[in-house]
Amino acid sequence: MADSKTGDTETAELETFRAETRAWLEANCPPEMRKPATSDADVFWGGRNAKFSSEPQRIWFERMRDKGWTVPDWPREYGGGGLSPAEHKVLRAEMGRIGARPPLSSFGIWMLGPALLKYGNEAQKKEHLPKIAAGEIRWCQGYSEPNAGSDLASLQTRAESDGDDFVITGSKIWTSYANYADWIFCLVRTDPTAKKHDGISFILFDMTSKGVTTKPILLISGYSPFCETFFDGVRVPKSHVVGTVNRGWDVAKYLLQHERAMISGMGERGVGRPLGQIAADSVGTDAQGKLDDAMLRGKIATFDVDEAALAACAERAVDLAKAGQAHPAFSSAMKYYGTELNKRRYEILMSAGGVDALEWESERSKQGARPRAWLRTKANSIEGGTTEVMLGIVAKRILDLPGA
Amino acid sequence: MALVLTEEQSMLRDSARGLISDKAPVSHLRHLRDAKDPTGFSKELWHSFAEMGFAGLLVPEEFGGSGLGYVEAGVVMEEIGRTLMPSPFLATSVVAASALARGGNAAQKSEHLPKIASGSLLATLAIDEGAKHRPLQTSLQAVRAGNGFKLSGAKALVVDGHVADLLIVAARTAGAAGERNGLTLFLVNPKAKGVAIERTIMVDAHNAARIELANVEVDADSVLGEVDQGAALLDGVLDIGRGAVAAEMVGLSDEVFGRTVEYLKSRKQFGKLIGEFQALQHRAAELYVDIEITRAATMKALQALDADVAKAAPSVAVAKARAGTTATRAVQEGVQMHGGMGMTDQFDIGFFMKRARVCEELFGDANYHTEQLARARGY
Repeated sequence: MADSKTGDTETAELETFRAETRAWLEANCPPEMRKPATSDADVFWGGRNAKFSSEPQRIWFERMRDKGWTVPDWPREYGGGGLSPAEHKVLRAEMGRIGARPPLSSFGIWMLGPALLKYGNEAQKKEHLPKIAAGEIRWCQGYSEPNAGSDLASLQTRAESDGDDFVITGSKIWTSYANYADWIFCLVRTDPTAKKHDGISFILFDMTSKGVTTKPILLISGYSPFCETFFDGVRVPKSHVVGTVNRGWDVAKYLLQHERAMISGMGERGVGRPLGQIAADSVGTDAQGKLDDAMLRGKIATFDVDEAALAACAERAVDLAKAGQAHPAFSSAMKYYGTELNKRRYEILMSAGGVDALEWESERSKQGARPRAWLRTKANSIEGGTTEVMLGIVAKRILDLPGA
Repeated sequence: MALVLTEEQSMLRDSARGLISDKAPVSHLRHLRDAKDPTGFSKELWHSFAEMGFAGLLVPEEFGGSGLGYVEAGVVMEEIGRTLMPSPFLATSVVAASALARGGNAAQKSEHLPKIASGSLLATLAIDEGAKHRPLQTSLQAVRAGNGFKLSGAKALVVDGHVADLLIVAARTAGAAGERNGLTLFLVNPKAKGVAIERTIMVDAHNAARIELANVEVDADSVLGEVDQGAALLDGVLDIGRGAVAAEMVGLSDEVFGRTVEYLKSRKQFGKLIGEFQALQHRAAELYVDIEITRAATMKALQALDADVAKAAPSVAVAKARAGTTATRAVQEGVQMHGGMGMTDQFDIGFFMKRARVCEELFGDANYHTEQLARARGY
């Protein structure tokens, strides 16, 4: 049903690309990489100190990197695959078809990259983007502070001008994997006299710089994915500011849209076994093959309806963006729904698992993988902007409701 | 296929919206209800629908129709949902036209489809028998008699049943209630001996009827599709109807929501616009997201129907289930946020609540479709 001759040619080219991609993935994606990672240790994050957890992980990463498909839609000159939005959609669909996992997980890919592509100067793009694409540098995000959470723009970490440098003093909190990261993208106050949104700059620096220390925070999951990060007179060249000095809030907000899209995606892991079948393992089934817990079955089915509908909405959001019809605040809507849905998924998994899902330290439970993951999801509706902040953004920016 | 309307589909939406908002705003439904209009819709408007090619939207071009797809039918249904326009479009142009086009033999198609496209034939599917939509529970009996069959039993919620020129009746020719095997669809003349039709005035003031068949004789030519093998045909036709009703519910939800948000921006209490209150802002934002997700799920289902009706069932179940819960929430919040005004008959919002309740029952409610998805996924 193509609407014109060009449409037909485009469709034909896309189908060729699909066939080639399918064949390449079949030949190059190791079988071990065709299922979701079972733990965070099984995810490849890259960086100076990166280690592969398995040989298939290394092979898969290197093959994808060599094609530029760690970042398929970035320009080739920056280490990307140079794919069009339509081709990127095809690649995602083909990877999804065989359950291929992403070869590289990275805040550089999900958050900093898009912001650099839009706001970075040529030198910054050339310096940083290829290293992100190649998994050479692992980034962390210096946004929240002890007294600046939902009210992020009230942040107080200060950067004082000293010749060609800024000297940075203050602290950040909830810095994901700061203790493993090589570089940080950081919001700092460069003008303490301006209104709170107007005195912020977005700056990049090496975590091995003198004066940087990190301290992991033990969470209810028993893991420490987040850190407190302290800056004591850290000297950073002014050329490391992305965008204009004191206009960092624009960069910060743009990056947040990508962060929210990333987090909302956590709720749509439609691959793998259906929730209802996972539940059947522990709950059992009746003579007709129905889950032996009617209320749980109903909750799972309702969840499945909502998850499928959200997946359609995520697909539509991409299509709307491509058509230039997307509302810039829509990622907040998706973030709210995706994270609440992911919390529901894990409440169901805990309920389905019963006693078996309560073990914390056994081999049998893979060191409490399920209860720890369940507890981890509680952060989804807090990190990257709380559900309440997201709903406020939808109300004001999309619905144009009045008030502060 | 992208989940956005193409340029042609947007143009179709604009022309449907133009006609419907101009000729059939909610006051049109109110007038038909208050006048106890015997037809239940405007024949003049139906004539316009036919002239614009909507009546035969799904009818193949060789039978005088527009030969468009289910996404396009959904576009028109969404606009119908915005003003609650009573129209034979759903029963005749979507459900009956699909049944005839998909299940009819050459003679049946060439006899009926051109008349549907020209707007001169009204047709409807008679499926439900009990209080809830349970197609496999069909027990209206069709027993062989001479060269044909004799039909006996009762149907409810037959949309446009009292004005239809042609009934498509789901009957049991073999097997027991609950079985897939043994279902057969029949084309029945509503004026045939033994057919009793009672118009039922419904909560939403849209057309519906109860129909009783007492030894109604039909000949063998009136079988639509294969004897005993009607379940597959019925599945497809019902899924098409479900996708269309889901689209109507998206339009209805969106309209109620738009009116409610406008009210939040104009109503003052405690010296403030009530839309400034965070309690209401967050509920409005949640409802917005619900509607957007449901809109996407519905487009997905309609595209799946266009791609292959036989494989669309899971997408359709998701869409109709979501449409049910979202529309229910939209009308409830609509009435609540309009306060006392929302409870008055003079105000339009109640019409939306009533229609949403009927749409929820039409072709299976959210519970029914959620159950279908669970079965499809094997748990």
